[in-house]
Amino acid sequence: MSGVLVVMEQRGGNWNRMSFEALAAGQQLAAKLGVECSAVVAGDGVASLSAELTGKKLAKVFTVEHPLLKTYTADGYVAALEQVVKQAAPAYVVFPHTYQVRDFAPALATRFGQVLISDVIAVHDGPVFVRQLLQGKLNADYKQTGAGPCFVSVQAGTFRADAVEAGAAAVEAFAPTLDAARIRNKPGELFRESAQTVDLSAAPVIVSVGRGIGEQENIGIVEELAKALGAELAASRPICDNGWLPMERQVGSSGQTVSPKLYLAVGISGAIQHLVGMKGSKTVIAINKDENAPIFEVADYGVVGNLFEVVPALTKAVLAAKG
Amino acid sequence: MKILVAIKQVPERDAQVHVAADGKWIDESDLNYTINEPDAYALEEALQLKEKNGGEVVVVCAGPERVTSTLREALAKGADRAIHIEADDLGERDTLGVARILADAMKVESPDLVLTGLQSDDLGLGQTGVVLAELLGIPHATIIMHVEVTGGGLKVKRELEDGWFQHVEMPLPALLTIQSGGNKLRYATLMGIKKAKTKETKTVQAAAAAASPAIMLERVYLPEKQKKTEMLTGTPDQVAAKIVEKLKFEVRVI
Repeated sequence: MSGVLVVMEQRGGNWNRMSFEALAAGQQLAAKLGVECSAVVAGDGVASLSAELTGKKLAKVFTVEHPLLKTYTADGYVAALEQVVKQAAPAYVVFPHTYQVRDFAPALATRFGQVLISDVIAVHDGPVFVRQLLQGKLNADYKQTGAGPCFVSVQAGTFRADAVEAGAAAVEAFAPTLDAARIRNKPGELFRESAQTVDLSAAPVIVSVGRGIGEQENIGIVEELAKALGAELAASRPICDNGWLPMERQVGSSGQTVSPKLYLAVGISGAIQHLVGMKGSKTVIAINKDENAPIFEVADYGVVGNLFEVVPALTKAVLAAKG
Repeated sequence: MKILVAIKQVPERDAQVHVAADGKWIDESDLNYTINEPDAYALEEALQLKEKNGGEVVVVCAGPERVTSTLREALAKGADRAIHIEADDLGERDTLGVARILADAMKVESPDLVLTGLQSDDLGLGQTGVVLAELLGIPHATIIMHVEVTGGGLKVKRELEDGWFQHVEMPLPALLTIQSGGNKLRYATLMGIKKAKTKETKTVQAAAAAASPAIMLERVYLPEKQKKTEMLTGTPDQVAAKIVEKLKFEVRVI
């Protein structure tokens, strides 16, 4: 048992771009350990995707094809990848931490009596895998202690897709044995609730509000600040969950990903799911009462204070500055 | 329909946490605990399914004595029974170890449906539900916003990235991990709190932990800053003036 195997993700013949971040992570882990890195693509009719990987520095590219893998199901993926992992016998299996991976990788690890080390943000010598705890308030070092392969998923934005090393790889076809009767879920087509009318990704300035606002009626003060700045109003998930602002204004892993010139976070603690949606912002200003809030880790400017005092004062100052 | 809801007790979201002296977990003295928020949504979904389709809602929680307060709260909100899996060593069990003791307690109940939150607010590994389904040998679907009982099973609405969704049909028994925000959470009523006192809480002993877990948390620590943050201090007016300076001359959005 040796080597690193990266499980790439595709849907309908299109890559999930996070796969290449996982590929970079896998290559770097393999280099650190002095072992080979391979990749696997599962689906039906994914030969052209595999061909794309032959130009990467990989020992092998496993093309796992079966009509039952055309549409994703956890049962199909777990069964197919269990067979691949048994044959390839890697010491490490690396995934991008996508919604799909969250749906099947824990079950796959269970088949091997192992536990997925999920949502990893760094890999140190050892290897030690770093992940976040308590909504990002603390970091934790995890180590594999089991004897089986070590399953790891990497957080979006942790590794750079453009760091994937080029090279030459051989494709190996793998035909898994799958039984339609053992695929219990029937997935439907993907859909969106309604046409998104708010495109936050194009906004140069975003003022975003979080749980710290306390009550729906308090959102007005943040709205006024957004108006003064000519900014789009956005929110973290709890605000939209409560129905205080529409879901289409949500920034984060389940909402929109933004990278404005200015992201002004008001009363947002900075849970991981929110940070992945805004950490590409050019400048981040955070106003929060808790000096240990994780939002300050990605902020360029921070204000520890009462937002109910700071926000109205800021609105006034912005309006005055604009004359 | 018999619905089991696996809930976890976690430190309150706005708790000030400090690393424990041994550096392996947080200092648990003076911490206030509450129900893991996604699990509260799982409980809410279970209660609404029962209201629509009838049946029974049983809440299951593993942990030391203190978790019984979270179970009582779930009973006050409307769960019919509670099962407390007594375990003082959750920290030494990995996801598989915790899922095993949950599965042990659940198998004897033969549930039609098992619900849990999509992830915990403390460890956030986001996989106990999926591992539990695997151990129970039942199908699962994750990050679920809406559940509908159909003739032969369930039709669920699964959340995907970037505002996409998908309907999935599945047979029963099944396990779902519930996303927050699908429903509005209810509060316990005075009547509910009174009634909870007459409801059954069964205590079962967790089986001994496996000799060695598959993964181990070795050390917890404050994260290193990814950016150098300049803190702006002063009265609200002074802070506002400083921010405007930055917006004008550095960020250049005014």
